[in-house]
Amino acid sequence: MLSGSVIVGASFAYLVVLFGVALYGDRRADAGRSLIANPWVYALSLAVYCTAWTYYGSVGRAATAGLGFLPVYLGPTLVMGVSWLVLLKMVRISKAYRITSIADFIASRYGKSRLLASMVTLVAVVGIVPYIALQLKAVSSEYGLLTGAHPGNAGDWYRDTALYMALVLAAFTMIFGTRHLDATERHEGMVAAIAFESIVKLIAFLAVGVVVTYFIFDGWEDLFVSAAIAPDLASLLSMDNVGSKADWFALTVLSALAFLMLPRQFQVAVVENVDERHLKRATWLFPLYLLLINIFVLPIALGGMLRFPADVIDPDSFVLTLPLSEGYATLTLLAFIGGLSAATSMVIVETIALSTMVCNDLVMPLLLSNARFRRWAPHDLTGLLLLIRRGAIVVILLLGYLYFRLAGQAYALVSIGLISFAAVVQFAPALLGGMYWRGATRNGAVAGLAAGFAVWLYTLLLPSFAKSGWLPMAFVESGIFGIELLMPERLFGFDEVNATTHALFWSMAANIGAFVAVSLWRPPTAVEAGQASVFVDILKREPRGAARFWRGQAKIDDLLALLARFLGAERVRANFASYARSRGVEYIEELEADGDLVHFAETLLAGAIGSVSARVMIASVVQEETLGIEEVMNILDEASQVRAYSRELEEKSRALEAATQELRAANERLQELDRVKDDFMSSVTHELRTPLTSIRAFSEMLLDDPKTDLAERKRFLGIIVEETERLTRLVNQVLDLAKIESGHAQWHETDVDLIDLIEHVADTAGQLVKSRRAQLLLDLPPAVTLLRVDRDRLIQVLTNLIGNAARFVPEAGGEVRVVLRETADAVRVDVCDNGPGIPAEAQAEIFEKFRQASGSGGKPTGTGLGLPISRQIIEHFGGHLWVSSTPGEGAVFSFELPRTLASPAAQTAEAS
Amino acid sequence: MTDTKKILIADDEPNIVISLEFLMKREGFAVSIAVDGEEAIDKIRSESPDLVLLDVMMPKKSGFEVCQEVKGDPSLAATRILMLTAKGRDTEMAKGLALGADAYMTKPFSTKDLVEQVRQLLGLTA
Repeated sequence: MLSGSVIVGASFAYLVVLFGVALYGDRRADAGRSLIANPWVYALSLAVYCTAWTYYGSVGRAATAGLGFLPVYLGPTLVMGVSWLVLLKMVRISKAYRITSIADFIASRYGKSRLLASMVTLVAVVGIVPYIALQLKAVSSEYGLLTGAHPGNAGDWYRDTALYMALVLAAFTMIFGTRHLDATERHEGMVAAIAFESIVKLIAFLAVGVVVTYFIFDGWEDLFVSAAIAPDLASLLSMDNVGSKADWFALTVLSALAFLMLPRQFQVAVVENVDERHLKRATWLFPLYLLLINIFVLPIALGGMLRFPADVIDPDSFVLTLPLSEGYATLTLLAFIGGLSAATSMVIVETIALSTMVCNDLVMPLLLSNARFRRWAPHDLTGLLLLIRRGAIVVILLLGYLYFRLAGQAYALVSIGLISFAAVVQFAPALLGGMYWRGATRNGAVAGLAAGFAVWLYTLLLPSFAKSGWLPMAFVESGIFGIELLMPERLFGFDEVNATTHALFWSMAANIGAFVAVSLWRPPTAVEAGQASVFVDILKREPRGAARFWRGQAKIDDLLALLARFLGAERVRANFASYARSRGVEYIEELEADGDLVHFAETLLAGAIGSVSARVMIASVVQEETLGIEEVMNILDEASQVRAYSRELEEKSRALEAATQELRAANERLQELDRVKDDFMSSVTHELRTPLTSIRAFSEMLLDDPKTDLAERKRFLGIIVEETERLTRLVNQVLDLAKIESGHAQWHETDVDLIDLIEHVADTAGQLVKSRRAQLLLDLPPAVTLLRVDRDRLIQVLTNLIGNAARFVPEAGGEVRVVLRETADAVRVDVCDNGPGIPAEAQAEIFEKFRQASGSGGKPTGTGLGLPISRQIIEHFGGHLWVSSTPGEGAVFSFELPRTLASPAAQTAEAS
Repeated sequence: MTDTKKILIADDEPNIVISLEFLMKREGFAVSIAVDGEEAIDKIRSESPDLVLLDVMMPKKSGFEVCQEVKGDPSLAATRILMLTAKGRDTEMAKGLALGADAYMTKPFSTKDLVEQVRQLLGLTA
């Protein structure tokens, strides 16, 4: 036995330390050096999940069901494993809209519904207050156990330690839970204290485990071997007692959902989250914590069973009684403090969460929508708000205490842990469904919650009351009105699972069924559709999304005045000023009172009084238009179109970049072409000016001097005519070349016999050759394939080549030879001369425009366009034109035309 | 007019050479002819003409090169150069003048203007 004063003293000292930690946390927060902005603290604060119920109860459960205690921890572990899927989304939504509680979250999703907010709050209070009572009872009865007072008989209320504990906790919660009204419902000191408590209970439990396993017994092996030979313990080591697979599964699901839905878990995991990156660390840190705190559950249970005769000591208290009976007084005290920390942390956070809900989602909306209240309310409502909060805290804790006093050792209290879980799990369909299903409606959520809660009440809570003797057992044993199908624990004859699984199954079936059916019955309203898109798409969209659904008129002064009533004028102005800065506006007064600003104000207010109350208040100072469902849908469509557009834009910008590259290259090519064209124009000009110069000079001389003698006059006029012809030729060829190059030339294709053609050209061009006193020789085969080409164009080419050759043959013994040959795939024409030949470096140049080799007469009479044009013509028909020459041995200009040009007639002739 | 001025015509266009030769002779100048840039340089050195009618676009050596060479040689400093070109761009003209040409005319030119310009360059206008 330990003396009561030692325990009370130690407990008191512990609470003082706790106050110290919380105070330090708040101080640090005020100084801007947050203690809790740290993933370790976040993960530890999540361990508020481990309450006195699990601290003591796990061992109790292990003593009867072996590993059956595990699913309660498996559930949360699974949830943390997919935290990036669910918790992250909850955190992000809550941050964006300053959600203050789970009631706020659900109500907000369904159009800030007051009805839903108050329903969730009521369900939470009904489900959780007994749970708080259980914590008080745990501490109180363990205290009794240690001091030897009769457990369960609390005696006079004013001597009841549990009452004082409740009051101390109320004080703590009021101090650190409602220190000030924040725009984010965050309590740094409290979170620091909770993290601290998580360390304390872990150390205490591990200490007990180590001492039991290694000091009282001789290690794991000793324990398990001893247990294996004890007849009634052996089964604990097997999977025999853990219950059916269905129960195991149901319990895992139940605790997984409860881990998300319990108001205290929502508070620490979502509302108090400082930085969503902390989730990442908690994903493995929190399961590790659960593993550590569970390692010694089975050894302690086995140790207790081995050490104490059956049914003498409640296994729930092994954590204390084992060290106590072995004389480890200090350890016993530590174990008690561990249990105390588990209980107090749960009570504190749960009370804050519940009081926030009661205040924001139940009391304030009622008050604020009451016209009389609005008339009589003081201007500054911050005090009133805090008063309501604090009142709610005291009331909740006293309700817990009251329930503890009334229920005592009754079944209804002992089994409340899982019953509580099952109650809050009723939020899951509406909450989770709302985060992923756009079609979910407020009415669906209300129906689901109501149906689930009703089934929970009937299958779980009422039977527990009956078992406590507060209700007749008859309806449990034979069904209400004696209808066996309606037996609360065997609905419709479903009796293969335990009561919890049974209740979970039917309540979830009713809840989800009603939620889905009613949601599908009517399409979402405009407000619901807006909120749905905001919640479902939170990970894809910037959080200001909600502002898009607001249309109306507002005045900044009204908003400022309204917010000041709840938050204090100074803080409101500071917040608005920073909002103005983020908008690039210097003064608050210059802000545009648009949807964004109203949304900002509403969110700010929601942080203090919850979204439902905030909605009511904002609506009272601004004139709003109600958006029709079509308008909301249009906005949503626009949004999804905008997303699609932005994807398209990204693609387009990539395409544009590529196109820009191409354009740059094309531009460079164009500039090059432009230079070429400029050069061409300049060359053309030059070639035009040259004959014009002669023409003008001779004309002027003839004009000036009419007495020029006849021979001279004739010579001058001859030159003028000659140069005029040259001009004409030049103009024609320039136009010709331009036409061919631009692809506008006309091509008249006929079947052409090259032998015939060469003979024809020889007739006409022969004159020119003869005038140079040269010989024109033809070397032609007897027959050649007919080609489908433009006859006149080929004549032009051949005339040009023969003309060129004639110009370069020597004055004496000049010879031009034309050779026609047919090869396997081409018809080839060579025009050979015995002139000076063309040096290798000039051979490419002569095909450029306006480049001429100087003729033997020193008188290049060509235009410099003949060869370029000829080459273009031959290439048009898919052939090629080239020159081969050795200086001193004449030059050979050759062209080949492919036999694919053979006329169809010729082809058939050949085939036959 | 004490002694006959010598003029060198440097152009590769035969008909233009004929017309210039006729014109200059009519004005009483002594005329010699070069049909490319190299010949022009040679004749300037060997015959020391008083003035060169210098075409820009010539084989072997362009008129610009010839001009540059003449103006870079102090012994030829007295040689006047009148550049003739069929390229009418301003840049061409600027280039010719920058290289030291005494005057610049574009083709086709007025025979009257040309003669006047020649006489002026030779200091015969008085």
